[in-house]
Amino acid sequence: MKDASLAMRASPLLFGLLALAVWEGAVRAFHVPVYLVPGPIAIVAAFLADPIGLLRSLASTLLVTFVALAVAAVLGAALAIAMAASRLAQAAIQPWAVVLQVTPIVAIAPLIIVWVGNPFAALVVCATIVAFFPVFANTASGLAAAAPELGDLFRLYGASRWRTMTLLRLPAALPHFLTGLRISGGLALVGAVVAEFVAGSGGFASGLAYRILEAGYRLEIARMFAALVLLSLAGIAINAGLGWLGRVLLRRRGDAA
Amino acid sequence: MLSIERVGRRFPNGTEALRDVSLRLEPGDFVALLGPSGCGKSTLLRLIAGLDQPDAGRLVWQEGHAPTPGEVGFVFQDATLLPWATAEENVYLPLRLRGISRQQAAPRLREALARVGLEQFAAARPRQLSGGMRMRVSIARALVTRPRLLLMDEPFAALDEFTRHRLQSDLLALWQAIGCTVVFVTHSIYEAAFLARRIVLMSPRPGRIASERASPLPWGHSRLDPAYATLVADITAAMEQALGHGAPVADLAAADPASGDPARSRERSA
Repeated sequence: MKDASLAMRASPLLFGLLALAVWEGAVRAFHVPVYLVPGPIAIVAAFLADPIGLLRSLASTLLVTFVALAVAAVLGAALAIAMAASRLAQAAIQPWAVVLQVTPIVAIAPLIIVWVGNPFAALVVCATIVAFFPVFANTASGLAAAAPELGDLFRLYGASRWRTMTLLRLPAALPHFLTGLRISGGLALVGAVVAEFVAGSGGFASGLAYRILEAGYRLEIARMFAALVLLSLAGIAINAGLGWLGRVLLRRRGDAA
Repeated sequence: MLSIERVGRRFPNGTEALRDVSLRLEPGDFVALLGPSGCGKSTLLRLIAGLDQPDAGRLVWQEGHAPTPGEVGFVFQDATLLPWATAEENVYLPLRLRGISRQQAAPRLREALARVGLEQFAAARPRQLSGGMRMRVSIARALVTRPRLLLMDEPFAALDEFTRHRLQSDLLALWQAIGCTVVFVTHSIYEAAFLARRIVLMSPRPGRIASERASPLPWGHSRLDPAYATLVADITAAMEQALGHGAPVADLAAADPASGDPARSRERSA
């Protein structure tokens, strides 16, 4: 059983290594030029040629991502709570939240960059718009998820709306909020990268997307891939980190088995 | 304690849940509201709790006003505990909502948990407890405010037979010790006959009181008493008469959306 579990855990890594080996072998066997498709070794070499530059760019993108995620989390949760507390607020907010969700960020990013002016703030606004909806929608559904009988119980004991919100609806919404946050984490990164692409050299000129554009112009395809790999790893780390945070919070609260 | 006078309730979708229902509750009563699904038992219980309002008739409280929060305890079919809170925190909830500090509440929490035999499980979360234990926590939560009226909506329906019997006996002992009025909704003739001093039979669509029986069983009766079997037979006959001779299953099947379940039909005809 233990061996089988170990094999299950190791299988993604082994499959990844196998795929990389096949990739490297194919590139070498067919003499594919490095400016067309670089092999994994060339990509690692490109990273090692300028690790600090690429990692600084990653940090710049991650800064936009985390600020946007924080803003989206606060804004999404606050608007969901406002909607749960007031039907008028629900009627006022819900259509605009949907508008925000269906608007392609690529289409409005140039406008935002022009209007906001400050490049960092503009990137954060774009990434926030992309990251906002999952945390908002999940929190809103979580706030309505408490058993109706528990709502009756609170009414029976004369609980105020505030007490019902703080003692019942908000705690009931926590797992939903954390699920939304995890989805929004990945989307905040996507939003930050898309905004950096749109901003190009007019933006912060330091994010990973800018490095990808720059490497593309110079035909440094291996460096481009290295930046892409860093982005993927960052996305995986954000997803895993937020998943871990959710598990820890829920376990500490006593939800998890 | 409470006089329910010609009460009616029609839901917004047009369903007439109750029509012309009159009932008196005396202090210290143990009343079972017995009837098949859709006869308005739970609706009547919600009206008594103040969770719903009648469209017709009125509820007249002896004191001249409806009970204040805490004077009525409610136990639902599911334990409906806060899953993130311990057993003690769940029992504390009604007191917390009334602004009583945890420190002040501590003796009452211990007392309520001890009454249901769960003092050793104060720190357990609902997921760590069995179905029967969760229901005990729910009963402790309803009792912690020392209510004058305890309303119970099929609280043991989802439990296995053995746990149900145990909890029924424990509930009788609790009622005897506390002396509050209990209104107990059930669709089990056996449960109503074992628990209640008065059994109110209700018929469905619209929900009405068909008849009422006083229990002749002495305090401390067992399920093996011949008088218990006689009472069950008496209530069964009265229920069949209320639902229409020989046709209760067909009538219910025509009206009940859950009637497609053959197990339920067999249960009803049993």
